[in-house]
Amino acid sequence: MAWDRNQMAERAAQELEDGMYVNLGIGIPTLVANYVGDKDITLQSENGMLGMGPFPYEGEEDPDLINAGKQTITELARTSYFDSATSFGMIRGGKIAAAILGAMEVAENGDLANWMIPGKLVKGMGGAMDLVAGVGRVIVVMDHTNKHGDSKVLKECTLPLTGKGVVDRIITNLGVLDVVEGGLKIVALADGVSEDELRSATEATIVG
Amino acid sequence: MKKVYANAAEALDGLLHDGMLIAAGGFGLCGIPELLLQAIKDAGTKDLTFASNNAGVDDFGIGILLQTKQVKKMISSYVGENAEFMRQYLSGELELEFNPQGTLAERMRAGGCGIPGFYTKTGVGTVIAEGKEHKDFNGETYILEEGIFADLSIVKAWKADDTGNLIFRKTARNFNPPAAMCGKICVAEVEEIVPRGELDPDQIHLPGIYVHRLIQGEHEKRIEQRTTRKREEA
Repeated sequence: MAWDRNQMAERAAQELEDGMYVNLGIGIPTLVANYVGDKDITLQSENGMLGMGPFPYEGEEDPDLINAGKQTITELARTSYFDSATSFGMIRGGKIAAAILGAMEVAENGDLANWMIPGKLVKGMGGAMDLVAGVGRVIVVMDHTNKHGDSKVLKECTLPLTGKGVVDRIITNLGVLDVVEGGLKIVALADGVSEDELRSATEATIVG
Repeated sequence: MKKVYANAAEALDGLLHDGMLIAAGGFGLCGIPELLLQAIKDAGTKDLTFASNNAGVDDFGIGILLQTKQVKKMISSYVGENAEFMRQYLSGELELEFNPQGTLAERMRAGGCGIPGFYTKTGVGTVIAEGKEHKDFNGETYILEEGIFADLSIVKAWKADDTGNLIFRKTARNFNPPAAMCGKICVAEVEEIVPRGELDPDQIHLPGIYVHRLIQGEHEKRIEQRTTRKREEA
């Protein structure tokens, strides 16, 4: 047993505190918005919006209103719009409390790789490098292993980096790990996952 | 001085030359200067370098200039939606300079503000930092990025007055203001031009000093990812 996508998102939502301005990446991180409950969270979309609302009802899509994944979305009563330089000014300036994003690999020193696989199609880093370098706290949500069963939680990343030493916390289907001095520290185990299972699926050094 | 032109071709008359650097607004297909891009295609200008966050899709946005091989180089953060782009890039026909999205936006803003370079933490320790000056401030390492000074800016806004003051709509603002600022000349296309005095001066997003030529036109405004939710039963 382990956490499914929604349970990982639910666990990640616990990282968010009332009043935070937060940026959620594409994939599982997007689901985090479903689990914030009563907390007053403002979502940033880095293409120029604070206060991102849900998808529109059919027939109410507006081509001028999209999120960073280019999906049609809606605005809220609190919404503000701004240009891309201002948007990344607030990211680079440390005004965004946290980013929750997916990853291909994370290393025990907090290195993150999530934008490129050499030799395969290269799409670009978008805003990921700016986000991980600029926001207060970087939380990675991903499967612990890849589809071949290899650990994605490594001693060193093998793929080109998105950021060096930027990750604070890793939430996977097997549990929660923090990047600390000397390696990773286990914060929590997923439902029905033993510490041995987590350790054997992790290539990185686990301390404590 | 008259800024309003009859159509995109007239607004670009005398501004285009082979090998030029053009800064274009837009994010994905949202807020792109679609009429001006079509006019550049029709003009046949070649060896263009575009500073633009994305490269459109195969048959819309900058993609239409890739089909005609008018683009030599892209400076972009994300090009994932364009198969022809990938084909030309992987075959070596097209140069690509990846910029992190915020670095690209700030390079445009800086260029428009007369700032030739700035230091940022973005990309430190990655391939983006290779060959760039590194400098420490308060114990943290930053890299030097350069301002973009474009030969021409092309942008899309919602409304303008005849003096070039612009108002954008929702997330279609995106890269348009910084792109407009960094060009020697900026041409804007809008959905509606109103006489001066009709826009509230307190609500102007980009002052007309940055906008030299202006056209009004019909926009297709294509949606890239149509996502919706179901109405809940009453």
